[in-house]
Amino acid sequence: MARSIAFRDALREAMSEEMRRDERVFLMGEEVAEYNGAYKVSQGMLAEFGAKRIIDTPIAELGFTAVGVGAAQNGLRPVVEFMTWNFAVLALDQILNTASKMLAMSGGQISCPIVFRGGNGSAGQLGAQHSTAFEAMYANIPGIKVVSPSNGYDAKGLLKQAIRYEEDPVMFMESEQMYGDKMEIPEEEYYIELGKADVKRKGTDVTIVSFNKMMKVALGAAAELEKEGISAEVIDLRTIRPLDWKTILESVKKTNRLVIVEEQWPFASVSSEISYVIQKEGFDYLDAPIRRITAADAPLHYAPNLVAAALPSIERTVKLVKEVMYLKK
Amino acid sequence: MASKFSKETYLYWYELMQLIRQFELIAEEKYKMEGKIRGFFHAYIGQEAIAAGCMTATKPDDKFITAYRDHGLAIAKGVSVDSCMAELYGKATGCAKGKGGSMHFFGKKENFFGGHGIVGAQIGTGTGLAFAEKYNGTDNVVLCYFGDGAARQGILHESFNLAMLWKLPVIYICENNNYAMGTSVERTSNVVDIYKLADGYEMPADQLDGMHPETVHEGVARAVKRAREGGGPTLLEIKTYRYKGHSISDPQKYRTKEEVDEYKAKDPIALVRDVILNNKFAAEKDLEAIDKRVDDIVNASVKFAEESPWPNDDEVLKDIYVDQNYPFIVD
Ligand SMILES: Cc1ncc(C[n+]2csc(CCOP(=O)(O)OP(=O)(O)O)c2C)c(N)n1
Ligand SMILES: [Mg+2]
Repeated sequence: MARSIAFRDALREAMSEEMRRDERVFLMGEEVAEYNGAYKVSQGMLAEFGAKRIIDTPIAELGFTAVGVGAAQNGLRPVVEFMTWNFAVLALDQILNTASKMLAMSGGQISCPIVFRGGNGSAGQLGAQHSTAFEAMYANIPGIKVVSPSNGYDAKGLLKQAIRYEEDPVMFMESEQMYGDKMEIPEEEYYIELGKADVKRKGTDVTIVSFNKMMKVALGAAAELEKEGISAEVIDLRTIRPLDWKTILESVKKTNRLVIVEEQWPFASVSSEISYVIQKEGFDYLDAPIRRITAADAPLHYAPNLVAAALPSIERTVKLVKEVMYLKK
Repeated sequence: MASKFSKETYLYWYELMQLIRQFELIAEEKYKMEGKIRGFFHAYIGQEAIAAGCMTATKPDDKFITAYRDHGLAIAKGVSVDSCMAELYGKATGCAKGKGGSMHFFGKKENFFGGHGIVGAQIGTGTGLAFAEKYNGTDNVVLCYFGDGAARQGILHESFNLAMLWKLPVIYICENNNYAMGTSVERTSNVVDIYKLADGYEMPADQLDGMHPETVHEGVARAVKRAREGGGPTLLEIKTYRYKGHSISDPQKYRTKEEVDEYKAKDPIALVRDVILNNKFAAEKDLEAIDKRVDDIVNASVKFAEESPWPNDDEVLKDIYVDQNYPFIVD
């Protein structure tokens, strides 16, 4: 039986189901307990699990991240919520210099099974300091995995997988703008393996790759293109690191054209990496240069028109697809 | 009761506090009713006596830096009300050209260094502003504001240590409004008297009542004097209260209406008004004239903002580098 629930409810179910199964799992972060979550992801969890396992922290990202990382090394399985990933920058030292490197430095003795999660990327007119999309930056780091789902169904399965089965640190990137999105989700438990992209729409003429909320742009563009007789295949990466380039390559073998839509800054972004692998592994299959739409090469400004101009749009995606298909206009 | 402060000081405080409050009340209305202002919006309402007392205890060359709850201090420093309102609207005429929004007001020529969105970050940056003043041998001081929640960030400790080590002319002002979003001070630490955090660095510290510009002025003036004379930093914990939610979207379930009313009963604007009337510094009708002037300024700022143009779309890649020839990646 499926029922329609919001993205935030799916995340909560994932955490709650895993917490019921495993005493070692706990949730920690700012406003997660008594306030029921800044974005209501953890609504009701304090009531069910109590203050020992649903833990409000002071605003001290470096400190509580370190506590999570230490606890993970010492037998627990923490889920750490960042109110948004913008604030995780303060804790990057613990993630990059400790969590990601523990296993290597200790010669395989000490692992760090921890999940960091929170809203990521732009969320309207929030200004430069609250609008960064961090997938590419974290994906640069060996030793951690990066997940960035586009809908509640995937989010639930991936988060359950991360909490229960992943023994390595997982960065789980959500979006404030998707928390309210509703979707049919099964009552029954399910898991989704990390590192597997998902073909969200079948097509034959061009491949569009995206992830997180930019999937809306990709799917919206595919719908527009269909009206003009262009069949776009849309791939949702779901996991950024490890990158499932094989699914992209299989699609490109069929369509011979690739457009990537992402909210990262362009320099060394997810699209840069995809472009490298696909030209290397699929050079003979390409009938046009791989193209991309990223966020503008700049901090995001506040004014509404500047936000719109800086972020990928359906319109620009449609236009770019036509370019790689060598169609006029 | 006889007052230690002059008629002019009281009238200045009254007008400044009214200006800040009316600015925010009308802006909030434009946000909620007309959707003309977007993003996070954190009102200063209730905390105005801090801005007022700090202004009379400092000089224009002194620098202010604060967090995202920045409207009051920007206006106090003299960033024009028109440009502040236009910034909220995201217009090209805003004090940050529509690029910052509510959380990022700036006014370099007014010595207002913003407007910062990462909780606690400006504690360190403000320390750096003070470093430059000392380096340049000025007698200017820096007023570095942060919230009770921000006081739990690690950067506070590193900054305090550096500022004491190098005797920097910085006044750390913790605007303790008792809440960081929905978290009350006593839920964030074993040390609930934030001024005591200075003890670990043997930094002078004080706890002040922030509902009166008088007490704020006196405490700040003592700290400023010490800093100007080379005596180094001070931590001032100023007890205050925000009447509104943390931001516009906050349902405020973590506190009672009675608690809010208790503070509204000690409203700094009403208190200053009483002192003015009791001391016959001005009559009712004079205060009404001030209120009218404030209303006119604020209404004019709305008109200014509404009539101002949006920034050009090509502003997306402007103000990113000072270098005008920077080769941006444009796909
Ligand atoms: C590093 C960081 N963590 C979390 C946030 C989200 N956040 C914004 S304001 C705030 C509460 C801050 O409270 P306080 O310092 O007391 O200032 P007040 O809002 O009361 O003025 C939080 C948690 C942030 N902006 N930056
Ligand atoms: Mg506070």
